[in-house]
Amino acid sequence: MSQTKKDLLVDPLVDNNPITLQVLGICSALAVTSSLQVAFVMALAVMFVTAFSSFFISCLRNQIPSSIRIIVQMVIIASLVILVDQILKAYAFEISKTLSVFVGLIITNCIVMGRAEAFAMKNPPVASFIDGLGNGMGYGLILMLVSIIRELFGSGSLFGVTILETVNNGGWYVPNGLLLLPPSAFFIIGLIIWAFRTWKPNQVEEREYKIQQVEAH
Amino acid sequence: MSDTQSPEPKGVIARFLAASPDSVGKTIFIAVAVCLVASMIVSAAAVSLRPVQEANKLKDKQINVLQVAGVYEPGIDVAQAFAAFEPHVLELATGEFVDDRFDPATFDDIAAASDPELSEPLENDPAGIGRKAKYRVIYLLRDENGALDKVILPIHGYGLWSTLYGFIALEENGNDIYGLQFYQHGETPGLGAEVDNPRWKALWNGKKLRDESGNLQITVAKSMPAAGPDFYIDALAGATLTTVGVDNLVKFWMGDAGYAPFLAKLQAGEI
Repeated sequence: MSQTKKDLLVDPLVDNNPITLQVLGICSALAVTSSLQVAFVMALAVMFVTAFSSFFISCLRNQIPSSIRIIVQMVIIASLVILVDQILKAYAFEISKTLSVFVGLIITNCIVMGRAEAFAMKNPPVASFIDGLGNGMGYGLILMLVSIIRELFGSGSLFGVTILETVNNGGWYVPNGLLLLPPSAFFIIGLIIWAFRTWKPNQVEEREYKIQQVEAH
Repeated sequence: MSDTQSPEPKGVIARFLAASPDSVGKTIFIAVAVCLVASMIVSAAAVSLRPVQEANKLKDKQINVLQVAGVYEPGIDVAQAFAAFEPHVLELATGEFVDDRFDPATFDDIAAASDPELSEPLENDPAGIGRKAKYRVIYLLRDENGALDKVILPIHGYGLWSTLYGFIALEENGNDIYGLQFYQHGETPGLGAEVDNPRWKALWNGKKLRDESGNLQITVAKSMPAAGPDFYIDALAGATLTTVGVDNLVKFWMGDAGYAPFLAKLQAGEI
């Protein structure tokens, strides 16, 4: 194992972020980031699912037949997702009302499948668990960044606490309605990717240009 | 491929673990075993958490009834406050209570709307609900002397993206609106979802459903109709289709296909 456990946990935050570098899991990031509280719970749910699905898949990795490995991974991931959904419905009912649909969609979140297939099938359980947790955190970090911008400027509040008093409630701030609609998350994620790649130029994907140059002559 | 492989596997289990995962027998075994374990975990969670979830749903509905009647404050004992409300199963067509046929505490009128026995398809369907239950659970709130104070009626209909489910609270005369509240919808946050905005909900207080000649006049629209301000609620800015949906569903449920027979009885003093 070339990476230390700390690297496994910290790398996916910035250097190998599942959203900004691998560009996975975008769809749910668009859907749940209009309020910070919802995004926070979603981030926790994804961390739980990626960590434990990687762990269990890694435990079974030598026994999973390659012909049905994707299905076995899906069964494990789906069970964990249903578990999260049930727990939310029981102990965070208000949030589960807005989040339930998207929690179900964690099953198809490419980050979870991606880590199971790319890491957990080849690495021991504890390392896989940490890798899953790190990637869930990387996803959560971007989710929080996006939803801070969207909630603050879209509804004038953070975690539901009013920061900018909106006109609808008798204040001065005219909220930017676009920020509450899914396309705005797309723009914000694009800008974050731009910022990350300006800060860390080694994240810029260069390979495709080189291939084109070779093929040109 | 397998790092558990040892030169001489002993026993059935060790030999099984060491076998190639790609053999037919092992593939079937793993598929069945994973599915069994996963289904056991999922069903255990679902069964053990069901009571808490049911209690949440019930409490959520009760809070909404309390809120629309204006008696909810954060931190109050919901079940105790809700006990003041008197549930009844109402037959819409006749406006009669049929509590002897259905238990109002357990009757689920949303589920009844998809039961062919308990509902009917709608030909004229402005609220966009497809089928209408023949029976609905309504709540009566009485004051200390036992006189009728408020009537809380469930309403629902289609907005822009979703069906809005809510309650409307009427004063004892069955014509003055006390409040309106949606407890479930999926409208656009910041635009259609402003149906939850307290300032907009407050506009409903004191409005009237019907004019003196008994015509249903209540309107949610961008500009005031001829009937005047008593029957008019201003539209939600930037949410035309949600506004139209709310307008349609209120008119539908307060009209002849909805609660009109019951409200007529209420006004005649027969409740």
